[in-house]
Amino acid sequence: MAVYIVRRILLMIPLLFGITVISFLVVHLAPGEPTDMMTDLNPKASLEAKERLRAMYGLDQPLHVQYWQWVGRLSRLDFGTSFSADRRPVLEKTLERMPVTIGLNVLSEIFVFSIALPIGILAAVRRGSLFDKISTVGVFFFFSVPTFWLALLAMLLFGVRLGWLPISGLHSLDYDQLGFWGRLGDLARHLVLPVVVGSIGGLAGISRFMRSGMLEVIRQDYVRTARAKGVPEGQVIWRHALRNAVLPIITILGLSIPGLIAGSVIFETIFAIPGIGQLMWQAVMARDYPMILGNLVISGVLTLLGNLIADVGYVFADPRISFAGRS
Amino acid sequence: MKPPPRGAAPRRFARLLAARLRENKLAMAGLVLVAGLAAAAIAAPWIAPHDPTAIDARIILAGPSAEHLFGTDDLGRDVLSRMIYGARISLAVGFVSVGIAVCIGTTLGACAGFFGGFIDSLVMRFVDIMLCFPSTFLILTVIAFIGPSIWNVMFVIGITGWMGVCRLVRAEFLSLRERDFVVAARALGAGDARLIFRHILPNAMAPVLVAAVLGVAGAILTESGLSFLGLGVQPPTPSWGNILTAGKDNIDVAWWLSFFPGIAITVTMLGYNMLGEGLRDALDPRLSE
Repeated sequence: MAVYIVRRILLMIPLLFGITVISFLVVHLAPGEPTDMMTDLNPKASLEAKERLRAMYGLDQPLHVQYWQWVGRLSRLDFGTSFSADRRPVLEKTLERMPVTIGLNVLSEIFVFSIALPIGILAAVRRGSLFDKISTVGVFFFFSVPTFWLALLAMLLFGVRLGWLPISGLHSLDYDQLGFWGRLGDLARHLVLPVVVGSIGGLAGISRFMRSGMLEVIRQDYVRTARAKGVPEGQVIWRHALRNAVLPIITILGLSIPGLIAGSVIFETIFAIPGIGQLMWQAVMARDYPMILGNLVISGVLTLLGNLIADVGYVFADPRISFAGRS
Repeated sequence: MKPPPRGAAPRRFARLLAARLRENKLAMAGLVLVAGLAAAAIAAPWIAPHDPTAIDARIILAGPSAEHLFGTDDLGRDVLSRMIYGARISLAVGFVSVGIAVCIGTTLGACAGFFGGFIDSLVMRFVDIMLCFPSTFLILTVIAFIGPSIWNVMFVIGITGWMGVCRLVRAEFLSLRERDFVVAARALGAGDARLIFRHILPNAMAPVLVAAVLGVAGAILTESGLSFLGLGVQPPTPSWGNILTAGKDNIDVAWWLSFFPGIAITVTMLGYNMLGEGLRDALDPRLSE
């Protein structure tokens, strides 16, 4: 096991390197320079001052030199400081947004799985039934609806027309005056719309996936054997079929990690949620180079780590995959 | 013995595929939606009731009426006409960006699967790296630097969406290159290029077709999202996404601005998703008789 994990970590090194190269190239091959934002807006900036500013950021050096200097700083966890008015370190700004986005997405994911798995299983077990047909149509519909549009409609209905739920941010204005339970309730009320609307796409996808996984397993010989020897149908489904059908879901969880970390930019913009997506959006609009670069690298690296965890989890969950076979 | 006429096998395959698709109600419904949308987009100048860019200050944010079925926007333009013209934008972005993604993905996947070894690991690591980035982050960054325009949007969605196709094509090539017909062709002296393009690629394209149809839906969604954020197609050119932006700004007074474009996106996505899933089922050898 240890050998497998070490091997997996070593394999990550070239990928880590690749993530930095691509982030760097995407930002630096683009027309324009980081210092443009500072000098273009200032008519008094002389050519000489521009050159000094370029030298200060090392932009007068050849690209590969800049790259290695940047990677050197990264290795000391120095992501630079944001160009925005607050001039704070990129890493600090990103890390403080992390809990919001990840927390929100984990809540959505729990919501998705606790509803989608039963739907998928039931649809597969009662294949061709009315429930199966309705859920299939529902899945197609919810899979096709743009989430940001649903968010708009939900805001319109529950926020504007009915006035039941708040439509933006995570806290009310009087949040600081509330007690613990008051704060929790306030947060929960703000989370309802983002979590429920944000889960719709995943709900459809996962239940579809669960259904086809279950159908696949039910066809297997060992399920037929279990039935033939008289195991009650409920046990066949729960003990024999479900365990194997759930395995591929771990892979899906792994694949959803970039989304978990990045959040949805559009979504966080609509609901004014102060998460990573919103931070990236602001950085992009302000051409905040260090912030954009930092966010690309950080999200890439976290995805890499998430994939590692998913892979290791898969090996734990499925005894058929031996460590020796994979390493 | 007379050799079978050239192209007979593909035609028979296409007929079989069409027959299976016809039995699938969801797929046929999808096909009808897709065809209807394409027709509306092509016929836009003839079927749009008004000029999509004609501003009329007297009817700003007017609700649906007989004259303006879907109401008017914040500049008094007819929403229905803008949506019909917007369909052109959405479909164009969908097809072109998927075309770009399929070209990149097929080329890299074919090279990786055919040559194997070092080239294979190089390409596959590149795919892994690209998949590490949240795609919206990459798309936003590139668009912010090269500027929002319809061509840039197509380009960016294309270059960030080829990885799935690449993996599919590679997997097909890996299994096909060991088949007897490929080995036989090689023994007869066929070069690499002939083996790849004439023998293997035509047999590897079926899953790519499915991925492409589903990819069109994804690209249309991405474009509408980008336009919604103001980073996609720029006004006054109408697009479903930028109509929705006006809808968001006027959400408390003009529901029709948010409602109808969203329906259009949903119906389009439904069409392509149902057609794509139907194709996948029709191509699945396990379901064949």
